[in-house]
Amino acid sequence: MIALATAVQDSTTMIGRELKHTVRFPLMLVASILVPVVLLLLFVYILGGPIGNGLGEAARGAPYVDYLVPGILMMTIAAGSGNIAIGVCTDMREGIIDRFRTMAISRGALLTGHVAGGVIRALVTTAVVTGVALLVGFRPQAGVLDWLVVAGIVAAFALALAWLSVALGLVTKSIAGANGSTLPIQFLLPFLSSAFVPADSMPSGIRWFTAHQPFTPVVESLRALLTGAPVGNNVYLALGWCAAIALVSYLWARAAFRRGAR
Amino acid sequence: MEASTNGMAQTGGRSAVIAKGLRKAYGDNVVLDDVHLNISEGEVFALLGPNGAGKTTTVKILSTLIPADAGTASVMGHDLRAEAGAVRAVIGVTGQFSAVDNLLTGEENLLLMGRLLHVPAAERCRRAARLLERFDLVEAARRTPVTYSGGMRRRLDIAMTLMGRPRLIFLDEPTTGLDPRSRHTMWQLIRDLVAEGVTILLTTQYLEEADQLADRIAVLDHGHVVAEGTPEELKRRVPGAHILLRFADPAALDAAARALREGTRDDDELLLRVPNEAGIRSLRGVLARLGDDIAVEDLSIHTPDLDDVFFALTGAGTATLVKEQTR
Repeated sequence: MIALATAVQDSTTMIGRELKHTVRFPLMLVASILVPVVLLLLFVYILGGPIGNGLGEAARGAPYVDYLVPGILMMTIAAGSGNIAIGVCTDMREGIIDRFRTMAISRGALLTGHVAGGVIRALVTTAVVTGVALLVGFRPQAGVLDWLVVAGIVAAFALALAWLSVALGLVTKSIAGANGSTLPIQFLLPFLSSAFVPADSMPSGIRWFTAHQPFTPVVESLRALLTGAPVGNNVYLALGWCAAIALVSYLWARAAFRRGAR
Repeated sequence: MEASTNGMAQTGGRSAVIAKGLRKAYGDNVVLDDVHLNISEGEVFALLGPNGAGKTTTVKILSTLIPADAGTASVMGHDLRAEAGAVRAVIGVTGQFSAVDNLLTGEENLLLMGRLLHVPAAERCRRAARLLERFDLVEAARRTPVTYSGGMRRRLDIAMTLMGRPRLIFLDEPTTGLDPRSRHTMWQLIRDLVAEGVTILLTTQYLEEADQLADRIAVLDHGHVVAEGTPEELKRRVPGAHILLRFADPAALDAAARALREGTRDDDELLLRVPNEAGIRSLRGVLARLGDDIAVEDLSIHTPDLDDVFFALTGAGTATLVKEQTR
């Protein structure tokens, strides 16, 4: 019990430190809002017309913005990965990590701080981006319960990507490497999911990948919930993927953190 | 805690650190080989050695950062392996590279330490305020360390270590890269800590620093402890200790040179240099042989400084020579 209370106390301290970092150095947070917002504007006002017309069946007659925004929200969560990995890598490169390791504090507190900080940031950035989406014409059909499930999926996805980013930050040797290692999460996987266009419209090899990779059920469930379409088993699939990614990444991060002391 | 600036008086007291046969290798590169240390509570113990001698590795092992490949060690009575948590609770570490949070202000850094050490809020603020004052950081308290000078960063670093009231402090090259003035400030801070009864394990590559601060010194070279003792003991281990006698006139110098035939004379300066390898004992002999009739204007005793010791002990060519002479 005492150990648990200490772990909670130390983790809270580390979360506070992480949030203070974000406030002190808000550029990263701003960037992880700006990138999805720019993409949103780009797709709504410039590229979206022909794409929307080509969607046909998938859009069910709704404007493209309603198809697009769930994808942009997923991308917003993914955009926080770089922030987390860089933060972890910076901590590991500087003397402060040795100080923490020689103090009688809960071992996992530092990583928990990074993860929780990342999830909180993701909730803030997705809320901001949702606000921008509403301004440019996004009209969700979700009820209160739908919104709660949306928030749950956002949090679960953010948690999974946060542990993955922490692990990447631990195994990369430089800040640039840490950032680079998250680029597939930030861009490749969102574009190769059904975030912007349905998987059916893609070339056959890529179509299979898109249909089966974890980002697709996440965006599909967000889209179904927000547009009032039937959800199917996408929510379970999405949460299952999130749990799997979080668990594997957590074990990876824990091993990498222990290996760091040699 | 009782005040004591004289760690030597406490030798034979309780041990702060006992290390036996510490060994550490990275692949084929043996960094530490069979290192034994016994540091008493309340003393300043210096690990002296060139870069790559194994000083930082020793500190990392003893502060629970990395495990040793072989050997055992206890810190403040707690076994390093079995009771790492208990060890961490009584030590403070200020590493070679400043361990401050660059995005937090000086004050926030101290408060963060206080929180992690589970110091109650009111006491936390009190301690932080006192440390900021003591380490001359009051004006810089609300700025981030990025704006600090090297000396200020080190002071903040040590202040953070002191938030927990550690009983044993590891200072890994605390003055490397500091200007002379900051170095002297740091020395004074270290002396103050000792006066409060804290045990200090200091690593340094500066001989003067070890000489100034340490009660006992272990000279580390290529992962081996090649010599250990008080600064005075170490200095006596290399040849070159002598007495310098100065006389008012050539007649007195002549008389003295006749009495002390082993001396070397300098007629221009009216000096006689007499070897004095056995310290006070041989000094008595020299004075006795001079008798009462030869007027000595000035007498000074010269011991080799730690530079001589260092080069003699760590230089491969001369090391054997020194060992033979001291046996």
